[in-house]
Amino acid sequence: MIWLDTVVQGLLLGGLYALFAAGLSLVFGIMRLVNLAHGDLIIFAAFLILVVVELTGLNPFLCALIAAPALFAFGWALQRFVLNRVLGKDILPPLLVTFGLSVALQNGMLEVFSADSRRIRAGALESASIDLGPVTVGIMPLLTFASAVLVIFALNRIFYFSALGRAFRATSDDAVTASLMGIDPRSVFAIATGLAMVTVTIAALYLGMRSNFDPSVGPARLIYAFEAVIIGGLGSLWGTLLGGAIIGVAQTVGAQINPEWQVLTGHLAFLVVLLVRPRGLFPRAVD
Amino acid sequence: MLQTHALTAAYGQFKALFGIDIEVGPGECVAIIGANGAGKTTLLRSISGVLRNVPGMVMHMGEAIGAMPADAVMRRGIAMVPEGRRLFPSLSVEENLLIGGQVRRGDGRWTLETVYQLFPILKERRLSPGTALSGGQQQMVAIGRALMSNPALLLCDEISLGLAPVVIRDIYAALPRIRETGAAVVIVEQDIARALSVADRVYCLMEGRVTLAGPAAGITREAVHAAYFGEAA
Repeated sequence: MIWLDTVVQGLLLGGLYALFAAGLSLVFGIMRLVNLAHGDLIIFAAFLILVVVELTGLNPFLCALIAAPALFAFGWALQRFVLNRVLGKDILPPLLVTFGLSVALQNGMLEVFSADSRRIRAGALESASIDLGPVTVGIMPLLTFASAVLVIFALNRIFYFSALGRAFRATSDDAVTASLMGIDPRSVFAIATGLAMVTVTIAALYLGMRSNFDPSVGPARLIYAFEAVIIGGLGSLWGTLLGGAIIGVAQTVGAQINPEWQVLTGHLAFLVVLLVRPRGLFPRAVD
Repeated sequence: MLQTHALTAAYGQFKALFGIDIEVGPGECVAIIGANGAGKTTLLRSISGVLRNVPGMVMHMGEAIGAMPADAVMRRGIAMVPEGRRLFPSLSVEENLLIGGQVRRGDGRWTLETVYQLFPILKERRLSPGTALSGGQQQMVAIGRALMSNPALLLCDEISLGLAPVVIRDIYAALPRIRETGAAVVIVEQDIARALSVADRVYCLMEGRVTLAGPAAGITREAVHAAYFGEAA
C-alpha cells in the first residue's frame, strides 16, 4: 500500500512539473526557442499573484485570474520587442538573451521583494484531503494535477483545432510561406509567448500555494520543466504531461527509499530516458 | 493595377535584377519567361514582399508596396503560389487550404467548396497531410491555398516544374476558371509554348533585365529565341 501511495503522490506532483513545462513546450514547439528565463518568469508570476493577494485580499485563484491578462501582455511584449529580434538561424543569440533575462529577473526581484521566503496562503485548502480507499490524497495536489491535464488539453485543442493553432503550426513549419498567407510571424510568436505566460501564471499559483519561494529558486523550476519537455519529446504537449509525471513518480519513489534521494532520482529518470530514447518518448518535430 | 518601376533586387553582393519595369492590368494574364537564373523567381518574390525593396519600386493600385512585408502585401489582394509548392507539412490538405483563406477579401467566389469543385481530387484527400500527396496534387493544393483569399492578383511561380505533361495539362485547365473571377494572373513558366498559349502578354527576362515585352499573340519564335539567349546565340 505504501508504494501505491508513493506512486499516486508522485503522479500528482508530476502535474506541477507539467504545469512548469507546458509554456516551455509550447514556445519550443512553435519557434524552437529555449527560454532559459522560464523558471524565473514562474517566480515573477508568483510574486505578482502575491502582490495582488496582498492588495485585494481576494482568494488566490481569483488573484491569478487578475494577474493572467497582465502576464499575457508581458509575454506578448517580451516576444514582440525583445525575443523576435534575436530569433534566426543561429540558436545562440536567443539563449544568451534569455539567460541575461534570467539574471536580470532574479536580481530585479531580489531588489523589489527581498530574499525572504514567501508563500501564497490558500487557507483551509492547504491541508484538505480526500480519502480514496487505499490512498488519501490532498485536495491541493489533486487540483494541481487536474489543472495540468486541463492546461495540456486546452493547449492541444488550440494547437490542433483552431485557426490560431493552424497559424502556429504553419509558422513553425515555414515562416516565409506563412507570411505569404497573410500571417505576420512576429505577431504569431508574440501571441504564443503571451499564451505561455498564461500557463506560467497557473504554474505560479500552484507553486506559490504549495511551497515557499524566493527570487533565487527559478532556475531549479526551469530544470524540472526542461526535463519534462525532453522526456516527453520536443513539441509534444501530452508528452510533456507524461514527462512531468515520470519525474514526479521517480522523485517520490526515490524519497521513499531514502529521503535524500528525492531530487537525485528525478534527474536519474531523466538520464535513463535520454539514454534509451534520446529524442524523448513522443517527438513531434521532424527536425 | 500593378507596376514595377526600375525594380532592382540583390542577394547580398549578388545583384539579381537590374531595373525591371513590368505592368499587369486588371484581369490580365501575364507570362514571365526566361532561362534559369534570369531573375523570374526573384521578380515574383520582390512583388510578393518576400524580398523587400524601395517602396516606390512596386506600385499596386497607386500604393507603394515595395517595402511592405509579405503579409501586408497579401492583405492587399496579391496571393502567391510559391516555387516548389511549399505546403505546410504539419497541416492537412484542408488546413492548408483554410490557412490560405485566413485573410479573405470580401465575399469572393473562392471557398473550400469551390476549390474542391475546381480540383475534386483534393476533397477525397482532404484529411491527408499535404505532403503525402503526389506532386500534381500538391500543386493543386498550393494553387487552391492561394485562391482561398480571393486575390485580385495571383502570382504563380513555376507551377509545372517537375510534373508530368498530363498533370501539367490538368493544372493549366484550371486557369480559365480562375480568370473567370476577374483575377489577374502572373505566371512564371519555363515552357515557352505553354506560356505563349495562355498569356495575354509576355515579358522575357535575361540576366535580370527585360529583353522582350509584348502581346503573346504577335511574338515570333525568333524574337523569343533572341530574347531568351541573347542576340549572339
